[in-house]
Amino acid sequence: MTGLLIRGATLLGETREDIRIRGGRIAATGRLNAELDERVIDADGLVALPGLVDLHTHLREPGGEASETVLTGTRAAAAGGYTAVFAMANTSPVADTAGVVEQVHALGLQHGFATVRPIGAVTVGLEGERLSEIGAMARSRAEVRVFSDDGRCVHDALLMRRALEYVATFDGVIAQHAQEPRLTEGAQMNEGALSGELGLAGWPAVAEESIIARDVLLAQHTGARLHVCHVSTAGSVEVIRWAKARGIAVTAEVTPHHLLLTEELARGYDARFKVNPPLRRDDDVRALREALADGTIDIVATDHAPHPAEAKECTWAEAAFGMVGLESALPVLQTTMIETGMLTWEQVARVMSSAPAAIGRLNGYADPLTEGAPANVTLVDPAARGTWSTGDLRGRSTNTPYAGVDLAGAIVSTVHGGVATVLDGALRPADEVASAAARQREAARG
Amino acid sequence: MKHLLSTRDLDRETAVGILDIAEDMARTADREVRKLPTLRGKTVVNLFFEDSTRTRLSFESAAKRLSADVITFSAKGSSVSKGESLKDTAQTLQAMGADAIVVRHHGSGAAHLLAHAGWIDAHVLNAGDGTHEHPTQALLDAFTMRQRRYGADSRGRDLSGMRVVIVGDVVHSRVARSNVWLLSTLGAEVHLVAPRTLLPSGVESWPVTVHEHLEPALALDPDVVMMLRVQQERMHAAFFPSGREYAREWGLTAERFAALGPDTMVMHPGPMNRGLEISSAAADSSASTVLAQVTNGVFIRMAVLYLLVAGSSEERA
Ligand SMILES: [Zn+2]
Repeated sequence: MTGLLIRGATLLGETREDIRIRGGRIAATGRLNAELDERVIDADGLVALPGLVDLHTHLREPGGEASETVLTGTRAAAAGGYTAVFAMANTSPVADTAGVVEQVHALGLQHGFATVRPIGAVTVGLEGERLSEIGAMARSRAEVRVFSDDGRCVHDALLMRRALEYVATFDGVIAQHAQEPRLTEGAQMNEGALSGELGLAGWPAVAEESIIARDVLLAQHTGARLHVCHVSTAGSVEVIRWAKARGIAVTAEVTPHHLLLTEELARGYDARFKVNPPLRRDDDVRALREALADGTIDIVATDHAPHPAEAKECTWAEAAFGMVGLESALPVLQTTMIETGMLTWEQVARVMSSAPAAIGRLNGYADPLTEGAPANVTLVDPAARGTWSTGDLRGRSTNTPYAGVDLAGAIVSTVHGGVATVLDGALRPADEVASAAARQREAARG
Repeated sequence: MKHLLSTRDLDRETAVGILDIAEDMARTADREVRKLPTLRGKTVVNLFFEDSTRTRLSFESAAKRLSADVITFSAKGSSVSKGESLKDTAQTLQAMGADAIVVRHHGSGAAHLLAHAGWIDAHVLNAGDGTHEHPTQALLDAFTMRQRRYGADSRGRDLSGMRVVIVGDVVHSRVARSNVWLLSTLGAEVHLVAPRTLLPSGVESWPVTVHEHLEPALALDPDVVMMLRVQQERMHAAFFPSGREYAREWGLTAERFAALGPDTMVMHPGPMNRGLEISSAAADSSASTVLAQVTNGVFIRMAVLYLLVAGSSEERA
């Protein structure tokens, strides 16, 4: 079988068409007859979306293989409909040299489940003191374009200014984890009445908003691009809206969990709900959904953050921040944005695929599902209904906040560069995907 | 009652009931044979991740007077200090057949986690979790207030009509939180006094009146003035400029103490910082209930252990 024919999918939720995939590209769309050497995927009732792109994934390799590896993380990505992930730099060693980013990039190519674009650290060792070798990472085979100290904020104003200017030289972008460190020392959850009652140190909204306000002004001053990670408060939305109205080159992301969950979940001290930035109030959730709908927030990014069980089975203050999110992202988006009528499937395709690809300078996602484009396709069953459980996860860690939550929609199939990584809701075996990806690369070269 | 984790979920009837059982326990203390056979054959574990000799001794003494077998794991010199997780420790205690676990932990929510994570079947008694709650301290404070006010006629009464002023580091105080919920449930009028830096966020939604300065609160002629312990180190985190300034603005100085009404009780959960939040004149006066609080602590802890372990032994069998 040398080709794939996706039959009867509803493209971007609009028109019903067949999609022919050949040589890693979309060969044709429309009403097509199956050819003898094609595998036919029946997509009746399914929505075809472009392969999803996650600008914020923690793959943990190297150094954190107990929680996730490039292989397990990209399998989770494929299961969630993703065909490309940007891997955060806070590994051990930190991704602050060409050597580390090339290694992570190569692992992605080898496994074939998703394109892995490493994110480079802004500062050496994420220490916030000296710029890392941004140019070397940009010019490496990993072609790094996104730089971030995520997990930590580049809080030094001078360093942030220089980083914005320097990264612009390489057409890159700084993805800022906006958290004023002094205002959040020991912080455990959203600061408010509930943190006061629970006796957990507060993480005030102003610690995020003040950094974003400073950074958009620095972006204006330098003319450089700024990307704001995991925006979590209504106030941050206001600042970004203001900046965009002034023409400042700022983009922003929101996580699925900040679109659905609130701080009330901290009440039981269950550390699965501990995340950074923390879950906020209903008003924030509402503002974030509206901002995603009106374009103030450009994209959805998962901040997929796997942790071993023991990092969550402990008291809240001792537990690690973060939750896994690749497999559940699209169902959360369908639940929060599609079913509420706030976004169409076409708009979901923008915020989860073409827009993050554009921010990260990832080619091949600008004109999705059109003839000649790379064959990155996700088939979703929008009618699927289910209660989420850890059994729905495909990565190495199980720290999902959605266990027991009803989510709409399910990923049925994923095609990455012409290679099916998920068929009929099941991941394809790792060796088959790896060899198919290798053949595809061979063919592309030859 | 399966666990005692917080005073927030105690209703008036249950709270008054605990105080009344503590009255019974106090009466037995006057007898020649002070031990009750109530918890014979039961195992009570004191699990102290955070060292507090006073509270630990109070619980040990309470459990022993009820004839329970008492095992203490404390931070000093046992596995709990060597980074063993709460989960592993809990499972060990489960295997040992603990009937009740008295837990003190530096993390808010630790007692809640121990009770609800599914690791153990034992009753959990919160002996202080982080900056969250310390329910037996609030119960013994309420008991002490009621006893001073009504003496032998205490039984069945709540604290209606009493005005309580709590002063100091509310934001870091589990004692303050537990007292606010319990005292208001018992009908007392609660006032909090602290600089804004030491007030928790959301305090405006608590069932209290908040004052930033001490004088206006003391001018209300309160029945009780409760001084919270203030850690000197807080000034390094910019909560207040210096111990001297704190004492001058929010301390119960000799002058402020002298101006209080003759029946006003002065309370402190201990240990006290004399000269900081409380002057010796106040601490050593007859208005001070500090020593009565220590004595009453044992009765309250007996009452709670009795309610948890003996009170529900049938339902567990
Ligand atoms: Zn982050």
